[in-house]
Amino acid sequence: MSFQEIFLQQLFNGLLLGSFYGLVALGYSMVYGIIKLLNFAHADIYMVGGFISLAILKFFGGTFLGNAWLGIVTAMILTMIIVGLLGVAIQRVAYRPMFNAPRLSILITALGVSMILYNAVMVITGGEYRAYKTGLGYGGFNMGSVYVTHTQAILIVASMALMLVLHLFITRTMYGKAMRGIALDHDTCRLMGINVNKIIALTFFTGSALAAAAGMMAGVYYGSLHFFMGFVIGIKAFTAAVIGGIGIIPGAMLGGILLGLLESFGTQIPFIGSQWKDVFSFSILILILIFKPTGLLGKKESERM
Amino acid sequence: MSETVLSLKTLETRYGAVYALKGINLEVRKGEIVTLLGSNGAGKSTTLKTISSLIRACGGSVEFMGKNITHEEPHVIVQMGVIHVPEGRKILKELTVLENLELASFTLKDNVERQKRIEHVYEFFPVLKERQKQMGGLLSGGEQQMLAIGRGMMVKPKIMLLDEPSMGLAPIIVQSIMKIIKQINAEGTTILLVEQNAKIALKLATRGYVLETGNIVAEGDAATLSKDESIVKAYLGH
Ligand SMILES: Nc1ncnc2c1ncn2[C@@H]1O[C@H](COP(=O)(O)OP(=O)(O)OP(=O)(O)O)[C@@H](O)[C@H]1O
Ligand SMILES: [Mg+2]
Repeated sequence: MSFQEIFLQQLFNGLLLGSFYGLVALGYSMVYGIIKLLNFAHADIYMVGGFISLAILKFFGGTFLGNAWLGIVTAMILTMIIVGLLGVAIQRVAYRPMFNAPRLSILITALGVSMILYNAVMVITGGEYRAYKTGLGYGGFNMGSVYVTHTQAILIVASMALMLVLHLFITRTMYGKAMRGIALDHDTCRLMGINVNKIIALTFFTGSALAAAAGMMAGVYYGSLHFFMGFVIGIKAFTAAVIGGIGIIPGAMLGGILLGLLESFGTQIPFIGSQWKDVFSFSILILILIFKPTGLLGKKESERM
Repeated sequence: MSETVLSLKTLETRYGAVYALKGINLEVRKGEIVTLLGSNGAGKSTTLKTISSLIRACGGSVEFMGKNITHEEPHVIVQMGVIHVPEGRKILKELTVLENLELASFTLKDNVERQKRIEHVYEFFPVLKERQKQMGGLLSGGEQQMLAIGRGMMVKPKIMLLDEPSMGLAPIIVQSIMKIIKQINAEGTTILLVEQNAKIALKLATRGYVLETGNIVAEGDAATLSKDESIVKAYLGH
């Protein structure tokens, strides 16, 4: 392969991987921004999203919706709603009673929720890999001499579209402005007539729905699911959120895509190779944090949206 | 005598075991400007926070238009028409001036009405219009106070609770803020004004209360209070 081909191929892989990271990173960042919680359970929400979409898709396979485009798009919307509501429920039952408790209590609660989620899925699936079959096929097109499947192209477009919609939501709508306001000061927002708990719930809905979309996309892309699939991506997405500046929404997207690109180009560097790609990308991230401790888009204090 | 808008009945609030309000009684009638005076730590801010439910009372009650609101949520109280302009302005610093105003009318569904109210605020404070795209945190102290009051105006409140709007401002700015408060009152909003600066507050108010370590120690007409020797000594600073 020529240099140009390799470059294009890795750019493409990096963007795809990075947009998964970005989608998951958004949830970490939004929840941290609004209640200063590192939501350990977020990675498991991603994983649960993958499995729920698989169940829906299997069901659709026997109906007119099928498991190709129509079925997949419908399943994605349904998955996002269901998992979004799951996020809201977790927030209501596990986190809200802890809002006024010391920081550490809610952190430990989040660990507990994480364990409940992945253990539940482990028991249900018997801890085995589950094949993620779709009717999308392997059709595609050539970009230069690089072959891109339709699935890959659509996944990138879909995740970018989700990020764009979120960005517009946060910057243009009253609910989005309320989220940013609450990230700055709960009490002041209360005095402005905002039902803060409702907006916190909405934040959990949004973050969980995006993670679920990413979980489903990962299933479609890799072709299988496993109850532990959230673990590594959780660490990486969290890192992405920190790199971008935790609490800052465009930062999470930027951090995710940057990390994805670093990883995919990291595999191509002579003497480093794919086993060392994580070392390579994390070294660069550490360097970024040394020079910009609040993250790429972070300003003085890092707690904002 | 016109109807009572706000009434505090033996209101008690504590932080941990320490009582900050020890059973205060206070009444504000429709159309009045009432001032609540007191030195540092007297419990003035605590009184306002208890009315707006940011802090829960531990005894007594808060009544608004005859309705007990002691146990309502803060956002519900705002929707009823009680607006609390907090001490220190509390501008959302990383939202623009315009966004601060928009958010202040969060529950309003009608965007045309929202726009109208924003224009109304801009008529009061033209400088806010000039700076509407700027981050709130970049405003000067006086401008931030204007924005804080402007936010309060966005809900067309029945009563506005103002916590030390003169704090840290140059005398000339204080003058114009006081004029605005008078104007807001003339438009039909009842005012409860918390101040340490008794001189300017008593000039504006019709009646006043004096708070001292959680107890009301004096009350009466502004004119009477201004002549009261002990109050003059303690709060007028000469
Ligand atoms: N969050 C808090 N926790 C514990 N004690 C508090 C808290 N807030 C206020 N207090 C105490 O309650 C008392 C009343 O405080 P408050 O803020 O109401 O006074 P204030 O009259 O507004 O004073 P200032 O003029 O300085 O604003 C003070 O003794 C203060 O130390
Ligand atoms: Mg005070």
